[in-house]
Amino acid sequence: MTDMKTPLAKVRGLGSAKDGTHHWLAHRVTAIANIPLILFVVVSFVGNAGKGHAEWVAWLKQPIVSVLMILFIANMVHHMRLGLQVLIEDYVHDHGLKFASMIALTFASVLIAALSIFSILRIAFGG
Amino acid sequence: MSKGNRPLSPHLQVYRWGAHMAVSILHRATGSALAVGAVLLTWWLVALATGHEYFATVQGYADSLIGQLVLFGITFALMQHLASGVRHLFMDMGRLYDLKVNTLSAQLTFVFSILATIGVWYAGYKVMGVL
Repeated sequence: MTDMKTPLAKVRGLGSAKDGTHHWLAHRVTAIANIPLILFVVVSFVGNAGKGHAEWVAWLKQPIVSVLMILFIANMVHHMRLGLQVLIEDYVHDHGLKFASMIALTFASVLIAALSIFSILRIAFGG
Repeated sequence: MSKGNRPLSPHLQVYRWGAHMAVSILHRATGSALAVGAVLLTWWLVALATGHEYFATVQGYADSLIGQLVLFGITFALMQHLASGVRHLFMDMGRLYDLKVNTLSAQLTFVFSILATIGVWYAGYKVMGVL
């Protein structure tokens, strides 16, 4: 088969989505970062199981915990958005609905991140 | 036409489930379930920042039977997604493609996720002094 690509397009390697392998790579990088972060979250939640409001606040107020939780939320939400985007691309075929779903997914992801990170900061800096 | 040992193409009526397919489908299903988990975690963090009264309300939902079942399911989804995600990272590096190793690694993700889920909940209840 004749290759219809121009030499420049071949070098750029961006493909039909004009995005190259960025999505794929970002999904893997966030996956790797998620491994230690989720282990921290699981160990913390098990270790503090059954505790009350004051104890959970004291736990989250520790600078290392605040930072790790913010990193976890940011990385996890990014990974979630990339994964759900693939689901929409694969299963939503109507163009209008696909476009609306993508926008809704992006807005919801940013909202989840903003609410979570604001809550963590409020506790971290609160009296 | 000689049938011999020739491989069959996937056909709906002669399709046999294998661990490798189940893991692949479950990776998407558990990923979607974890998105629900992300919303619940956000709710919990907002409740924690709001104050002890609202936090107690949300904690009450979490402590209910339905709440505990949902959290148990999300724990399993997390462990399965974690194990199968690590398997995918190895496959991205070109490993685990031998048919037997591929199936075995798929089965091992279930062994990990079931044991890890039970382990996490056993440890959690132990910490709470329930067990």
